[in-house]
Amino acid sequence: MAREITIKEAIREALDQEMQRDPTVILMGEDIVGGTGSPGEDDAWGGAMGVYKGLFGKYGNRLLDTPLSESAFIGAAIGAATCGMRPVAELMFIDFLGVCFDQIYNQAAKFRYMFGGKAETPVVIRTMYGAGISAASQHSQTLTPIFTHIPGLKVVCPSTPYDAKGLMIQSIRDNDPVIFCEHKNTYDLVGDVPEESYTIPFAEANILREGDDVTIVTYGLMVHRAVEAAKQLAKDGIECEVIDLRTLSPIDMETVIESVENTGKLVVVDEANPRCSIASDISATVAQQAFKALKAPIEMVTSPHTPVPFSPDLEKFYIPSTEKIIASVQKTLSY
Amino acid sequence: MTSTIIKAITMPKWGLTMKEGLVGDWLIEEGDTIDSGMEVVDVETDKITSAVEVADSGTLRRTVAVPGETLPVGAMLGVIAEAEVSDEELDAFIQEFQENFVPEEADEADSGPKTETAQIGELKINFLRQGSAEKTAVLLHGFGGDLNNWLFNHMALIENRTVIAIDLPGHGSSSKTVGDGSFAFMANTIQQLMKELDVSKADWVGHSMGGAIALQLAQSHPTLVRSLTLIGSAGLGAEINADYLRGFTQSESRRELKPHVQQLFKDPSLVTRQLVDDLLKFKRIDGVQACLQTITDCFIDEGHQGENLRNVLEAQDIPALVIWGAEDQIIPANHASDLPSQDNVHILEDGGHMVQMESATEVNKLITDFWKD
Repeated sequence: MAREITIKEAIREALDQEMQRDPTVILMGEDIVGGTGSPGEDDAWGGAMGVYKGLFGKYGNRLLDTPLSESAFIGAAIGAATCGMRPVAELMFIDFLGVCFDQIYNQAAKFRYMFGGKAETPVVIRTMYGAGISAASQHSQTLTPIFTHIPGLKVVCPSTPYDAKGLMIQSIRDNDPVIFCEHKNTYDLVGDVPEESYTIPFAEANILREGDDVTIVTYGLMVHRAVEAAKQLAKDGIECEVIDLRTLSPIDMETVIESVENTGKLVVVDEANPRCSIASDISATVAQQAFKALKAPIEMVTSPHTPVPFSPDLEKFYIPSTEKIIASVQKTLSY
Repeated sequence: MTSTIIKAITMPKWGLTMKEGLVGDWLIEEGDTIDSGMEVVDVETDKITSAVEVADSGTLRRTVAVPGETLPVGAMLGVIAEAEVSDEELDAFIQEFQENFVPEEADEADSGPKTETAQIGELKINFLRQGSAEKTAVLLHGFGGDLNNWLFNHMALIENRTVIAIDLPGHGSSSKTVGDGSFAFMANTIQQLMKELDVSKADWVGHSMGGAIALQLAQSHPTLVRSLTLIGSAGLGAEINADYLRGFTQSESRRELKPHVQQLFKDPSLVTRQLVDDLLKFKRIDGVQACLQTITDCFIDEGHQGENLRNVLEAQDIPALVIWGAEDQIIPANHASDLPSQDNVHILEDGGHMVQMESATEVNKLITDFWKD
């Protein structure tokens, strides 16, 4: 039965239940136990954000603390996946993808294709993205579009505890490489989550609010700002339909197009930099496939095309805010 | 003081998770006379739209809630009083109510009714028990449903009964195990649950498949049964909309599922996105798909109901109330014909298969009157 837990607890529960169910599921990453040679659960931190807390005591050496070498352990996880394991490897910050990207985009993403469908790579790479804690330019980026650019990768980005658990279980059971992106400011969000295991299929967007005036499409942390914007706009009688994409590859464009065909107006919210982003991708697809439905230019609410600033004030200004979303909705309405 | 004869109509709590409701149109006007059980105002939640019915009689003196506003559970919607109560007294009553009203906070939601669980062999059975009357009644939902199917009925029935709504095996928050999927397996599990809860006799209310399970129980454990209320019940004839069962079981997305679920209601607009989402959430729990398939395989034989339990009503002297929605698209209402006691057969014009939701007021009244006899 459902009870309220956080996103962090939801992800931990998904990992726990899948490890219970399937002995080939293993966890790898920097400090996920809390230092190799840790005498036991008491000293185990369970990763940088404590997501794995409690799992070492239960599963012991199925949690592997790795050296500080993303290239080596992400590669090892991908290799293990091709040999029958289902590893969940943690790339602590998405910003570190540069040092292990060959393993991901040129190896994992290509195996099924280049080996004529005979190789499967059921690996999940958990990674933390996003700005908001003054972690500066190298630990705050939203690099999701880099992964969605690569065919052969599945890219997941949950916004709620319910979605986090169901999508994590789906990711582990999926036979292709999945990049599971978690916003660092969402871990403590709470919501109803069933105790039992369940899955959510990929490419199924979630409609959080229905509305006939404007469609807002977004994912991850921005979902909550979009919902807040929609709530405030509703006080003025403006009804926004808020669509949470949930997975970025594959992507549920059908739900987006259907909604735009009803509202005629689209605001896309993406924390990533604006060029070649999820926002620009959706805008282009809607402009191409639902041009006749559009009654106003598409609005994009994104970060500016600069690195993420360290200064808390500048960072706050940098991230798309509820106010900016409201302003963009009003702009499409006054066109 | 006269305040004892002034009564507030408040925002109801439909189901365990409801926190607020959107006020719709008033169905009666200030000055109109109200009889107990009358529907007075529409309310919409994220799950369903229905009408608020009142337990009190009198005159609707004030409509406080304005259509279009969202109010928390327990908030004042209107005021009922006799005509001789003065406007000043009404004003004072409203003022006092509003000053003292504290909406249930999200973190205080624990104070509301809570479901309980019982371990029956390997199975965990979830149920909701409300009321404190000496006699017990048990509500059994249908295929793919759960105890929330009774959200408009449960509280209305507790005056003379302790009412237990069960999540059947494979459903709701009960274990996702259904044995061979037969009515007999369900009935045996429920019989053990009654033992566990120290209930030796009950009034059984079964909807659809729940009705067939109640009939099965009357056959296999007759001493447990004081009376039967069968709503759009299975087990009384051969025909059934097997396409619905198949469609419900096999649908994997909102788009696929919605048209099937709409067949459950006379008014398909009652099927909100939230309702479909909740059903999908249920269907996506590990084991549910297999449970639904096992039940369907056992239940359906070449497109018809495999088991006819009509003889239970004929052979046994158990008081039975039979209710059907005239517009039932799942099990035809003509299965209510030719039953032993036609006095207690009621076909409700405004109902589909989920008649206990669509015509809740009438259904609740029929059941409570039936239990009085």
